[in-house]
Amino acid sequence: MKTDVHKINENMSWRDITLGCMVFASGTSREFSTGEWRVDTPVFHEDKCKQCLLCVPVCPDSSIPVKDEKRLDFDYDHCKGCGICAKACPFDAISMKRGEK
Amino acid sequence: MAIRERLSGNEAVSFAIKQINPDVVPAFPITPSTEIPQFIASYIANGEIDTVFVPVESEHSAMSATIAASAAGARALTATSSAGMALMWEELYLAASNRLPIVLTLVNRALSGPININADHSDGMGARDAGWIQLYAEDNQEAYDNMVQAYRISEHKDVKLPVMVCQDGFITSHAVQNIDLIETEKVKAFVGEYEPEEYLLNAANPMAVGPYATSGYYMEAKRAQAQAMFDSKKVILEIAEEFEKLSGRKYGFFEEYRMEDAEYAMVIMGSAAGAAKDAVDKLREEGKKVGLIKVRMFRPFPAQELAAALSKVKAVALMDRADSFNGFSGPLASDVRAALFANKLTPDTVAYVYGLGGRDVRVEDLEGVYDALLRGDLACEEIPYRYLGVRE
Repeated sequence: MKTDVHKINENMSWRDITLGCMVFASGTSREFSTGEWRVDTPVFHEDKCKQCLLCVPVCPDSSIPVKDEKRLDFDYDHCKGCGICAKACPFDAISMKRGEK
Repeated sequence: MAIRERLSGNEAVSFAIKQINPDVVPAFPITPSTEIPQFIASYIANGEIDTVFVPVESEHSAMSATIAASAAGARALTATSSAGMALMWEELYLAASNRLPIVLTLVNRALSGPININADHSDGMGARDAGWIQLYAEDNQEAYDNMVQAYRISEHKDVKLPVMVCQDGFITSHAVQNIDLIETEKVKAFVGEYEPEEYLLNAANPMAVGPYATSGYYMEAKRAQAQAMFDSKKVILEIAEEFEKLSGRKYGFFEEYRMEDAEYAMVIMGSAAGAAKDAVDKLREEGKKVGLIKVRMFRPFPAQELAAALSKVKAVALMDRADSFNGFSGPLASDVRAALFANKLTPDTVAYVYGLGGRDVRVEDLEGVYDALLRGDLACEEIPYRYLGVRE
């Protein structure tokens, strides 16, 4: 049974749930705002950033977008606020706001 | 014409697997099922089948790899026993809830401890709520026949659930019996090619298997799974009917043996049904109205049908080759009693646990059970059920 993933919602009958909850689409995690789970929030200080990009590969949620070899501000829809990027940054270009979204 | 052979239960099931030629078999050896992956490996080495064999490091991995292969789009199979299946516990639930048409050939063996390698149903019973269809066999022929039917059931669009093809360790798996095998081309035509509609390796239609379901979805997912188990009953009968046309051998949810006018019955599962039938024949010669029901399909549990089959008996013995340690009775006895109650039937019942860890169950032991029924000796004093033949 194939269902458009965008039509799945919490009001639907069990009869319309896909077989084993299989998701018949790709890249759907993009549409799920895991950023809502965040307790602490990283703040990007562009003035201190040397664009070394050490923060990018350590992010477990791919929440540091890169364009033209330069990192941009955080993707707060998906950042869970783990703080690994702030630890990895050698230039204090990332600080953590404690207990704030 | 069928092929007349003499094979052990493990050989018989392996022969069916050779005829089916599944795509992927990840397996880890454990007595008494070890021979099955061994035979499969030999068929591959001899170029008789083109199955991919995955030698894994544990049964946890065996079932994980089987699930992965199935999700990828392969017809996948594994074999195990006892502690091996216990180690698969988590994955058994995943196979069923992800609705993957996997077949597991289970050679029933006691669970530890004390450690023991012989037959009883404690491994299969431990998995009875995992969401798998479970088919049990009395002998090699039934084990072979169930294996031939398994993928048809499992892969059916109204089912999509894994199937466990069970037989008793050593008693069936290692004992050689005469057997009628079906010609390979007929088995292949019956089982058919596996063509999954959706599968992970289909790059044209990307999909994800096994996602997280929040509490807003989990119950709906389980309800849908429950429906598949319920719907599988119709499919199991349809496939059995088709199989009868192919082989001449009839299968249902259970076998009724001399039940027409029976007043005293036994419900039993697996190889001991053979000895029980001998006991029935002996007592019938003495004019006693006794009969037997041998359960083939334990999951889904044929509650209504069993109750109907027992609607005319005065007393029934419920025989478990596993203890449930619930302080009340073995699992088969609990389910049959619940089925009787739900159908407003109240024959006298007595529950027995027998044959644990390969303990011999002789014709005279089972005659003793019928004797107790005939005498009305049903009281259980120390505990609410009986241990057949245990040393007091």
